Amino acid sequence: MRAPLSWLADFVPIDRDVDELVVALDDLGLIVEGVERVGGGLERIVVSKVLEVGPIAGADRIRRVVVDAGGEPLEIVCGAFNFGVDDLVPLAGVGTVLPNGMEIGRRTMRGVTSNGMLCSGRELGLSDDGEGLLVLTGTEGAIPGAPLAGALGIEPDIVFDLAVEGNRPDAWCIAGVARDLAARFGLPFTLPTPQVTATGPSVGSLASAVVESPELCPRLTVRVLECVVVGPSPKWLARRLVLAGMRPINNVVDASNYVMLELGQPTHPYDLDRLGAPGLLVRRARHGEVVRTLDGVDRVLGVPGRGLGETGEDCVICDAAGEPVGVGGIFGGTSSEISASTTRVLLEAAYFDSMVIARTSKRLALRTEASARFERGTDPFGIDRATERFCQLLMASAPTTVVAAGTLDVRGDLGGPNVIALDTGRVNGLLGTALGRDEMARLLEPLGFACTPRGDDSLEVVVPSNRPDVRPGSHGVADLAEEVARVFGYSRIERRQPTWTDPGGLSAYQRARRQVRQVLVGLGSDEVWTPSLVDAADDAAVGVHGEPVRITNPMAADQASLRQTQMAGLLRALAWNRDRRQGEVRLFEVGVVFGPPDPAHTAARAGSGGAAEAALPAERELLSAVFAAKLDDATSAVGALGALRDELRLADLRLRPPADGSTPPGLHPTRSLEIRAGLDGPVVGTVGEVDPAVVTEFGAAEGRVGWLELDLGVVLDPGVVGRRSEVVRPVSRYPSSDVDLAFSVADTVPVDLLVDVLEGAGGQLLESVSLFDVYRGPGVEPGRRSVAFRLRFCAPDRTLTDTEVGALRAGCVAAAERELGATLR
Amino acid sequence: MAKGSLSSGAIDPTALEAESLQAIGAATSTEALDEVEATLLGKRSALATAHRRLGQLDPETRRSAGRELNDLRARLEAVIAERRAGLRADERSAVLEADRLDLSEVVLEGLRTPLRRGHRHLVTSTRDALEDVFVAMGFTVAEGPEAETDWYNFEALNIPPAHPARGMYDSFYLDVGEPETVVLRTHTSPVQIRLMEAAVAAGSIPIHSVMPGRCYRRDTADASHLPVFHQVEGVVVDRGLTFADLAGTIETFTAAYFGPEVHSRLRPAYFPFTEPSAEYDITCTICLGAGCRTCSGTGWLELGGCGMVDPAVFDAAGIDPLEWSGFAFGFGIDRCAQMRHEVADLRNLLESDVRFLRQF
Ligand SMILES: [Zn+2]
Repeated sequence: MRAPLSWLADFVPIDRDVDELVVALDDLGLIVEGVERVGGGLERIVVSKVLEVGPIAGADRIRRVVVDAGGEPLEIVCGAFNFGVDDLVPLAGVGTVLPNGMEIGRRTMRGVTSNGMLCSGRELGLSDDGEGLLVLTGTEGAIPGAPLAGALGIEPDIVFDLAVEGNRPDAWCIAGVARDLAARFGLPFTLPTPQVTATGPSVGSLASAVVESPELCPRLTVRVLECVVVGPSPKWLARRLVLAGMRPINNVVDASNYVMLELGQPTHPYDLDRLGAPGLLVRRARHGEVVRTLDGVDRVLGVPGRGLGETGEDCVICDAAGEPVGVGGIFGGTSSEISASTTRVLLEAAYFDSMVIARTSKRLALRTEASARFERGTDPFGIDRATERFCQLLMASAPTTVVAAGTLDVRGDLGGPNVIALDTGRVNGLLGTALGRDEMARLLEPLGFACTPRGDDSLEVVVPSNRPDVRPGSHGVADLAEEVARVFGYSRIERRQPTWTDPGGLSAYQRARRQVRQVLVGLGSDEVWTPSLVDAADDAAVGVHGEPVRITNPMAADQASLRQTQMAGLLRALAWNRDRRQGEVRLFEVGVVFGPPDPAHTAARAGSGGAAEAALPAERELLSAVFAAKLDDATSAVGALGALRDELRLADLRLRPPADGSTPPGLHPTRSLEIRAGLDGPVVGTVGEVDPAVVTEFGAAEGRVGWLELDLGVVLDPGVVGRRSEVVRPVSRYPSSDVDLAFSVADTVPVDLLVDVLEGAGGQLLESVSLFDVYRGPGVEPGRRSVAFRLRFCAPDRTLTDTEVGALRAGCVAAAERELGATLR
Repeated sequence: MAKGSLSSGAIDPTALEAESLQAIGAATSTEALDEVEATLLGKRSALATAHRRLGQLDPETRRSAGRELNDLRARLEAVIAERRAGLRADERSAVLEADRLDLSEVVLEGLRTPLRRGHRHLVTSTRDALEDVFVAMGFTVAEGPEAETDWYNFEALNIPPAHPARGMYDSFYLDVGEPETVVLRTHTSPVQIRLMEAAVAAGSIPIHSVMPGRCYRRDTADASHLPVFHQVEGVVVDRGLTFADLAGTIETFTAAYFGPEVHSRLRPAYFPFTEPSAEYDITCTICLGAGCRTCSGTGWLELGGCGMVDPAVFDAAGIDPLEWSGFAFGFGIDRCAQMRHEVADLRNLLESDVRFLRQF
């Protein structure tokens, strides 16, 4: 909101400079987003009257103008054309500095001397109009030589642009800001109670007021003003509206807006004679009822929208005959708008249930100055001051106005006052302060909280009706604690570093996830972050055809689904870099992919929310890596898996084709395998190469793209994938003996099974088995290959004899032949 | 097909079709098929010639003959397309088969691989550094799902349905369950509720945890906002905690992460889940408080929000607010990285450009 300093000064005698006010407002939680100095620099601008206008020889864009500015006629060169002889225009004399910093000098153009400049609204900082001069003809008080500021009713002013938080409806008006400042500076705050003399007939004889749904509209008041002459507002009032960011319209509408800005209470004026029947009726909208609002749009009411808490309850304001004339608290209707011919005004001022307004405003996507205030919560008892103020303003701008006697006032349940027992110990306990009972009262009372001591350590606090944000009971204590802290000053609260004995730390999973990243980084991979919100077609392009979790309200069609795989994102990242001639890269991502809701992930709506449960989409955190550097292929990915297995001490990972003979999505059919936890364990990832057709489709690389993916939630769970023993194996001080064995074994027998058999047969004395060669070709039967291992034998307590090694070797060979049909070559 | 309708034409459609099908079937590679296609359907094919000769027929015959030729062409095209798909699949299988590599028998010691260090993502390294500071201060690190129920993301945090405060968090809803019951979390605060519920169930209060993670809001991406972003929050629940402890914790963290010359200040603010609430600013990291363009001359930069846990949140989690008190704070990880490394445009984080990534 925009708060002019001069307006604030109506309520509090501010005697501080601007910088101090900015600090105070910030510290009160009324965040200053900008400070604007307006209307300054006009001291030397005067009103002048045009006496002559004539051409200048050889120039068609400028003219010679002679003006009367109260002294000798002055000759001026002017480039504007929107005025003529006898018009009144602003003149900046020689030596004047305009608000924009421009200094006016005496100049001669084409032989004509210009003794000043005639100004546009923009040049004077008064409007955006820079097209022509600011023409003042017809402005009251504008006589040649008179100061412009005086003629326009402009005083230099400071406007604070404030961000008022949602829990401070009371502060969302000039008086509210003034109240906070008064409390902070210990200055008196005065909120006048206007009294107008109502000389008209009884309001009841002119109009009626009926509320059929008091739960939506707990208070409705109606006043009537007759003999109104609609016209422009007084200069000072229009000027304030402009400074506050509103456009003046006419004195009736302006008075209503002025009251809202000043006191926070929206009101709505109707042309009484254009209502179908004199008076207002407030009721719940019927299902599907259509109302045309002031913006000319037909609004369908009474139909519940999507989502929780949607009731489809809308409050409509009708004329006395029940015909809708507006959406309650949000928008007026077109039918009874104030016009130039209006003479009788019916003023509606009401209090609406804030949640009703919030729901209707959200569903209709219709947020107005009024609805924004009602949904935050207005003051049900501030209405009387607001309507009185409206009458006062209108009587000042249209003196013929006659106010009808009395107010039609329909009240439902407005609740009693919110009285809170404030235990000062509890407040100090929340804030870490040591404020006494009376000190707290002194902080709260200037904000309108009436405090009565109750014993030494307690106050009975009556919450004013303009503070709906302060909740009853113990929750209200927290709210009051914030008020105490605000006025006291957050910065004055001491700081203390709490300590506790529980150690901090990362979980085993979190530590392992960091290790995963470090291993990949160590292998030359750069980590990327690719989009989670994707086009489902991207998933399909890498062979993932599952039904994605869709977003109800996506921002764009290609961001309408949650990703089911990170492959598409990584391939796009490869393509991005390749397009920039930096294609030979390794990239990885650690991120979440989503699948349809899994009953195992059902989240209870516990606590006071109660019953329902909602199944959440299944989320898996994956490591996905692509290897597209020089020389990279599937073996790079296998190498990376080896490094990870080593770092994480993973035991017993097996690489196998999918049990059903399929290919993992997006991968090369003959160069990819699944990674399993043990021989019969679950699949924990995939390794291999991206299908060359997919690589080509994404333009991801020239050559092969290695691929590794691990489901971290599974792989890092020691219950699923075992860990190598942490117990050290002593290093023998005795020499070891190596035995190289080459077997011919069927292609269908995985190498790891052969290693298992060799390790089993070698027993404790077998220190290591390492594969060093695989050969297919002449000399080996088709359907078989030769695999060569180096077996290293070593005993902890002696040097093994040739006989012992020979026996171990024979045992290993025999086991391989017996169990896997291998033959020694 | 009425034979003879092409009486003046030079071809017998039935014979042509049979011949053509045979030729198509005989092509054993896509290359060969391309040639067959050119012969059968190309400009000099019998079919094309017959088509050209239609002009010589009387209008009535021309129409039916033309239709016949077009039908024939369409049938042949379909057969060729089908054949081509089959041949392509065969050729692909052959290439893939020739490519076969059994990954279970890779000789690791034999691999050749480029020697180069990679880089963690800037968001990761920032998150790790933040976690390290908090861990050193005694915090554990907690995580939770990115898709959340309305209860955890809003209601338990004292933001009931249709509450105007929801306007602060423009959410993505998911087509899961009843409308608007499951959202992509708009903050990591739901993890606070999950932690509190778990601690209540296990009887293990106090809680001292930070919650880093990915969040989603329906904001248009620009230089300083991303609809998908990262946040870290902290929550401490214990007996006797006050706003002074909150302010002290923020100050300790600020100095530990940004350096001893950077301080914090708190200003009143509104968050539905804390009361009292505060925004917190830190000394401008560019000018160290002297005032510069980045901080609009104030010497301060806005970092995040914090406050004492609202009693309504404690109620929702089943914690007695008279026995326990707590504070919470949160800020953006991406924004932290942006401030520390002067990243002009946050969208760089999502571009995956190695020239950006390799600087961190
Ligand atoms: Zn600065």
